[in-house]
Amino acid sequence: MPAVQETVERVKRIDVDQYRYGFETLIESDKAPKGLSEDTVKFISQKKNEPDWMLQWRLEAYRRWLTMQEPTWARVDYPKIDFQDLYYYSAPKPKKTVTSLDEIDPEILKTYEKLGIPLREVAMLEGVEPKPGEEDPNKRKIAVDAVFDSVSVATTFKAELKKAGVIFMPISEAIREHPELVQKYLGSVVPTSDNFYATLNSAVFSDGSFVYVPPGVRCPMELSTYFRINERNTGQFERTLIIADKGAYVSYLEGCTAPQRDENQLHAAVVELVAHDDAEIKYSTVQNWYPGNSEGKGGIYNFVTKRGDCRGDRSKISWTQVETGSAITWKYPSCILRGDNSSGEFYSIAISNGFQQVDSGTKMIHLGKNTSSRIISKGIAAGKSQNTYRGLVTAHRKATGARNFTACDSLLIGDKCGAHTVPYIEAKNSSATFEHEATTSKISEDVLFYCIQRGLSQEEAVGLVVNGFVKDVLQQLPMEFAVEAQKLISISLEGSVG
Amino acid sequence: MALLEVKDLKVRVEEREILHGLTLTVNEGEIHAIMGPNGSGKSTLSHVIAGKPGYEVTDGQILFKGEDLLEMSPDERAAKGVFLAFQYPVEIPGVATMNFLRTALNAQRKARGEDEFSTPDFLRKVREVSKSLNIPQDMLKRGVNVGFSGGEKKRNEVLQMALFEPSLCILDEMDSGLDIDALRIAADGVNALRSPKRSMVVITHYQRLLNYIVPDVVHVMSKGRVVKSGGKELALELEASGYAQFEDAA
Ligand SMILES: Nc1ncnc2c1ncn2[C@@H]1O[C@H](COP(=O)(O)OP(=O)(O)OP(=O)(O)O)[C@@H](O)[C@H]1O
Ligand SMILES: [Mg+2]
Repeated sequence: MPAVQETVERVKRIDVDQYRYGFETLIESDKAPKGLSEDTVKFISQKKNEPDWMLQWRLEAYRRWLTMQEPTWARVDYPKIDFQDLYYYSAPKPKKTVTSLDEIDPEILKTYEKLGIPLREVAMLEGVEPKPGEEDPNKRKIAVDAVFDSVSVATTFKAELKKAGVIFMPISEAIREHPELVQKYLGSVVPTSDNFYATLNSAVFSDGSFVYVPPGVRCPMELSTYFRINERNTGQFERTLIIADKGAYVSYLEGCTAPQRDENQLHAAVVELVAHDDAEIKYSTVQNWYPGNSEGKGGIYNFVTKRGDCRGDRSKISWTQVETGSAITWKYPSCILRGDNSSGEFYSIAISNGFQQVDSGTKMIHLGKNTSSRIISKGIAAGKSQNTYRGLVTAHRKATGARNFTACDSLLIGDKCGAHTVPYIEAKNSSATFEHEATTSKISEDVLFYCIQRGLSQEEAVGLVVNGFVKDVLQQLPMEFAVEAQKLISISLEGSVG
Repeated sequence: MALLEVKDLKVRVEEREILHGLTLTVNEGEIHAIMGPNGSGKSTLSHVIAGKPGYEVTDGQILFKGEDLLEMSPDERAAKGVFLAFQYPVEIPGVATMNFLRTALNAQRKARGEDEFSTPDFLRKVREVSKSLNIPQDMLKRGVNVGFSGGEKKRNEVLQMALFEPSLCILDEMDSGLDIDALRIAADGVNALRSPKRSMVVITHYQRLLNYIVPDVVHVMSKGRVVKSGGKELALELEASGYAQFEDAA
């Protein structure tokens, strides 16, 4: 059988039903009634003991949402979502207030264990060389704020962060404890009216993380949150807000996997980042929601709005993402380069297999002088999936000396999948320099055979070649994530070759 | 004892027959040279032995240590000791050579039910072999064959051969693109691997290589068949008079 044909045959035998991370945790939950109304919004706000200003903010968003239409411009196709057929709030029943990991429901801890996610991580990873200038990996720590379903159930390393003056807590707590900060920044990057999904999120968001790093402080550890969807038919509306004040630095990691499901699950998160003068925020994601079964049924709909505001001069925001899951991904982490000499980066690996549809990319909006941005996107399509990079780079009239470099590479595995690149470039002043490079290639049968002749299985060969293809982006991830991501990439392609 | 037996092998590529009944027996510890004009099917034979997809075997068989090789997947063949040094080694961007060597070696060992090499043992072995082949350590940090010169790529093939310790080595035009010094280094590397348990099939166009790697048997291939076999003097004869006499025979 010719080699290409063989790959296609193998792809046909895909079995994404054997989704590695498909399992459910049995745990009681506390649900809002099905459907969406002002009462649902009030229920959520009440559950969270929110002050009135927060409730009013949510209601305003809800009323706005009623007037909006679902966007249709993305290259994704799915049955119409019945927003009245979903639950908008679900919380695991807390037995009592938890102060340490030992008090958390062992079921939950077991779930994390199955995922191989080291909750108690004081990270030491073998076989990885620290990047030049990086500290001893033995001493690096990750603070984990575990979000289980919709409510944060554990917060660790709190004391150490407190000593540094870093505020890291569930946003529901921050609303009560730091209302002045939340009121000042919430919705200041992604306004409640921004887009259909962001507006929906503003009305019904359940929880998420809040981070504030005070002026001149370098956050002493990587911050990480693991999101999980666990309740049938429960939309997930995470809300994250990260502020780095003047000269501050923070690196935030977010990762998730989800249990197997029959019905589609809606996930519409909003993430807002604010970087003041000379501040830097590094935001990394590994996304592995349930992608659907071998017939393309089930799987998560992931409609995410992520935006960073380089508000201050010389500020820097960098997004790194590894997207392997979801039936549908609609996600464009963006940077508004408002401060002079500010810079934005977007490093992305998007893998689609089976019937997955990915429409992802970034927006780099140059407003300040001498702003620069860099986009490195690696798309890998296998099975019958569709993988689109959609990127916008604009320079405002006042953004003199704006610079962008974009490189989009796509790799196809088999011939039933598609990769698309849709760049939008707009320079409103003549001093802007934008460079764009794009390549699309098929995984080479000769390269695969070379690896197989040296003893690798077909699957191992694909995993190795793909990991080589995405290396530039993997290197951008914090070390703890790079290893996890590498494994995930191989796992997510396992189905693509039988 | 016969290590490799190719019997009356017929192979088609895209509906066209390339090998028309090829027979070849290589005993343990022997070195065989295969010579023959461009397009006579030398690389095709090596690919079919290694199990490259895209070739249809319509007749004949290949036995390796008495087992039916055509029933095995290409990675099984590798683990069992079949090694092909490619005429055109490919580049694998982003995959460090060192990482590749280790992944491949451990995959083979795992398939044979052996333990993985420990890191220090592995590093020691690589260092030793690469030194004898004049391969700088820096090169091993680079992507597999990425930016390697033609000669470096060929030396990298010999390096892998030395690491994996296969029982059958097929060298497809190992000498092409090598300068005189590089040729000697690579040939010394190959000679160092000679052993009573290991056989080699050396495909080449030039008698010169056979001065370094002295064969026990020389075969002449033409139009998809072995048309003449003899001792090492056959290579000298070919060098003097060319292939014309055999083309008629084929
Ligand atoms: N994939 C293929 N599709 C079509 N024809 C092929 C293919 N591979 C090999 N051939 C043909 O098979 C014949 C034998 O090719 P092969 O590469 O085995 O020759 P060779 O003896 O190795 O030649 P050289 O000395 O030039 O390396 C040639 O005519 C070649 O064009
Ligand atoms: Mg050839």
